[in-house]
This record gives sequence, structure tokens and C-alpha cells, in this order.
Amino acid sequence: MSDEDEEELILSELSDEELVPQMHDDLYDGLKEEVEEGVYILLERGWEPYAVLTNALVEGMRIVGIDFRDGILFVPEVLLAANAMKTGMAILKPLLAETGAPRMGKMVIGTVKGDIHDIGKNLVSMMMEGAGFEVVDLGINNPVENYLEAIENEKPDILGMSALLTTTMPYMKVVIDRLVELGLRDDFVVLVGGAPLNEDFSKAIGADAYCRDAAVAVETAKEFMARKHNVLSAG
Amino acid sequence: MERVLLIACGALAKEILELKRLNGWNHLDLTCLPAELHLYPEKIPERVELAVKEHRQSHSSIFVVYADCGTGGLLRRKCEELGVGMIDGPHCYSFFEGNQKFAEHAVEEMTTFYLTDFLVRQFDSFVWRPLGLGKHPELRDMYFGNYERLVYLAQTEDPQLDRLAEECAARLGLEYKRRYTGYGDLAVALGSVAEPQTGSGLSSGRGWA
Ligand code: B12
Repeated sequence: MSDEDEEELILSELSDEELVPQMHDDLYDGLKEEVEEGVYILLERGWEPYAVLTNALVEGMRIVGIDFRDGILFVPEVLLAANAMKTGMAILKPLLAETGAPRMGKMVIGTVKGDIHDIGKNLVSMMMEGAGFEVVDLGINNPVENYLEAIENEKPDILGMSALLTTTMPYMKVVIDRLVELGLRDDFVVLVGGAPLNEDFSKAIGADAYCRDAAVAVETAKEFMARKHNVLSAG
Repeated sequence: MERVLLIACGALAKEILELKRLNGWNHLDLTCLPAELHLYPEKIPERVELAVKEHRQSHSSIFVVYADCGTGGLLRRKCEELGVGMIDGPHCYSFFEGNQKFAEHAVEEMTTFYLTDFLVRQFDSFVWRPLGLGKHPELRDMYFGNYERLVYLAQTEDPQLDRLAEECAARLGLEYKRRYTGYGDLAVALGSVAEPQTGSGLSSGRGWA
């Protein structure tokens, strides 16, 4: 490639209208430093941290999610994009706390006992945070006791469980049955996900919803929160 | 004897041909779907259905040589719908070892990553490259950070594969162990397809060749 072809793009010379889509591209390509730089530029231009998060990062990741779903991207590309987004979020997080971003609710999430797949769960956590949820991540291989403890300490609005193995999916039912037994099941919404799951399974085990991907998880969580507020304000 | 068609995952082709040879199952025909599908399990039920329908004319008897493979029970449902059998168990690591035995040490081996003969041979094409580790070695710990050990579940006694598997473990930063399994439940399942009446006298590899 000649030097001319490689003409370096100066992010700070782009207008906002050019920079934001450029950041989506950079996020798509997993270019950490570029995404980081873009975040700083928008902040310097007086953007609210929440606007940077939503318009530049979350929107970029949403596009990545669509292409993953459609089989255009595979796992490593998603991981690289997620890393780039994480870098951007790390800059914004303290600022968001100061400037006050909308608080949507609280979610406790974890991969179930016997399973140590965590890429999907981490992505859901990140996108939920990006959408204004507070997320408590219990990590991998969680027995029912871990969920119960977190529920007691954190009082979440949403409980999320992830499983990628056919052999570990049934454990979600163990957790839900236990919650029913303890009379806790109706205190929050239970969302489940992971590639081998499906709608029928989620119904059969008594979850509130199965979410195919992180974008659906965010939408579903928001819907449930809106419903909850409606019920509260009606009652 | 009635011809039976095996519709199998490409990752099992070599093992199936070897079992055919060892046991003289000449009435078993074999057709394979691409092994890559194991990275996209959501596509497996549909591909199996297409293959069954395509071969219905030529073979009245068909057996699907797949375990669940991450389809969350959908492949089993599809096979029942189509009236064809399939292999029991969650995946090939499990049925090579024997589903029961595999399940018994699932807890102890939670942080174990498995390879089979096929995956040792095809490590670059089916593990390293699809996970992007060639171009992005920095991703290794995001994938394998929670893993401690690689166990090579060996279908055959092959020192060269043993050496290769050990190399794979080193590349992933994992401790290495080899465990001989032979063909496990794969041999049992194919035996009952090939010799439905007797159901015995089949060879699972070791000592018969
Ligand atoms: C990457 C991967 C791995 C990585 C995991 C790294 C990690 N840190 O997680 C590695 C390579 C280490 C691995 C290991 C194993 N894996 Co694996 N793995 C995969 C693979 C290819 C992709 C999973 C993934 O990360 N996808 C990317 C993310 C973004 O997608 P996702 O997880 O589906 O998550 C999205 C949605 O499902 C949803 N979601 C997920 N969780 C949640 C939770 C909630 C609450 C909500 C709302 C939504 C939600 O949103 C997410 C984001 O959009 C799948 C195949 C596949 N295509 O699914 C096999 C797969 C899951 N693995 C499988 C197997 C068998 C294993 C191993 C046993 C293989 C081995 N050789 O040892 C080991 C596990 C060992 C053990 N002791 O547990 C099988 C499972 C088969 C079965 N019957 O269950 C699969 C299906 C592959 C196959 N066909 O063989 N694996």
C-alpha cells in the first residue's frame, strides 16, 4: 500500500456527524485506541457522558450484535469489539456517576453451576450497563446458593442466568424451583440466555423470558421495568 | 443385509470408517455434513433434516451420527419427527469417553478443555483460527483464563498425536493430560445400528484391530 492510500484519518478533524459513525466503524473493527480517542474528543466537545455512551458506544455495539446474529461476524470479532467498548466505558463510568445517568434498575447475572462459558454473559452485562442498569456479575459456575445470597444482598429487579451447555441448562430450573419454594420467585424478573436455549425451554422452566442476544436482553429488561413502574403508579 | 445410511458430523468420519473396517460393517454407507457446523449448532437440525430428506429415496434406514452438540434438544426433536435415530449424549467428547463416565467426572473436570483425535489433527482449523488466536493472541486469556488443563481424549494409540496434543496444550497455556477412550459409545451406537439383532460382538477399537 502506498503512503497516499494509507492517508491517516485524524479523528479530531471530523465533525460530530462524521466522528460518531467513524467510532462505530472503529468499534466494529475492535480498534481500542481509536474508540478511546473518539470518546475523549466528544467529551471535550461538551457531549454528556451518557450521550457518548449511547450514541457512540452502545449503538456501535448494537451493529456488531446484528452482524454476529446474521453470521457475518464470529466470536473473536465480537470479543475485540467488546474490549474496545469496555475501554470507552471505563472512561465514561466515573463521569456517569457524577453527571447522573438514568437508572433503569438492578440486575444480578451469572453463568450456572457446571458451566464456565462467560463471553455471552459478559456481553449482556456490558450492554445492560450501557443501557443504564446496575449489574452485579456473579461470574461462572454458580450454584443456587450464590444466586440466593446475591438476591438477598442486592435486592435486584432482574435475575439473569446464562448456560451454553445442554448439560447445564437444566440447572436453571433448579434455581427457579428453589426461588418458588422460598416464595421469592415473584420478587423479580428472571431472564435466561445462552446459545442452546430457546423460548420453549424458558417457558418450561418458569423463566419470564428467553433472550436471544444482548440487544433483546436490554429491550426485554426495559419492557419489564416499564411494566413494573406502570403497575406501581397504577396501584 | 439392509443398507443403512449414516449421516454424520464430518469430525467423526475417520472414526466411523475405522469402525466399519474393524467390524466389517460393509452395509453401512456414510455421508457427512461439514464439521464446521459444530461452531454453529443452531444450523445443525435444519442441515440434518435436508440430508435425511435428500437420501430417503436411496435408503429406507438412516441413522444420524450426532449427539446433541449444543442444539438444546432440538436435534433430538427433529430426529424423532423424521423417524431416525441419533447418538445419546451431549457431545462427542462425552460419547467417546462413554456418556456415563464423562458425566461422573464433569465436576472435577469443570476447568478442563478437551481435544479428540480429530481436534488434535485439525487444531488450527477448528480451534485456533476460528477463535481468532492466530491474529489476536491477546484473546487467549479471555477464552481460556478460567481453564487449567487440556485433556486429550484419545481414540487411538498414536504417539505423534500425543505429541501434537501436548503442543496444543502449551499453546493454550494449559497443563496437559492424555486419556485413552477408544471409540466409546460411538462403537456401541453404531453396533446396534449395524447389528440390531445381536447387539454384541462389536469392536470398540482397542485390541481388535
Ligand atoms: C467460544 C466457545 C467456547 C470457549 C469459551 C470461552 C469463554 N470464556 O466463555 C471455549 C473454547 C473455551 C469453549 C470451551 C468448551 N466448549 Co464451547 N463454545 C464456544 C462457542 C463456539 C461460542 C460461545 C460464545 O461465546 N458465543 C458468543 C456469545 C456472544 O454468544 P452467546 O454465548 O450465545 O451469548 C449471547 C446470547 O446467547 C445471549 N445470552 C447469553 N447468556 C445470557 C444470559 C442472559 C441472562 C441473557 C438475557 C442472555 C444471554 O446474549 C449473548 C450476547 O448476545 C459455542 C458454539 C456456539 N456457536 O454457541 C461452543 C459450545 C457452547 N461449546 C461446547 C463445548 C462442548 C465446549 C467444551 C466441552 C469443548 C471442549 N473441547 O472441551 C468446553 C467446555 C469445557 C467445560 N469444562 O465446561 C458446545 C456445547 C455442546 C453441548 N451439547 O452443550 C458448543 C455448542 C460447541 C459445539 N457444538 O460443540 N467453548
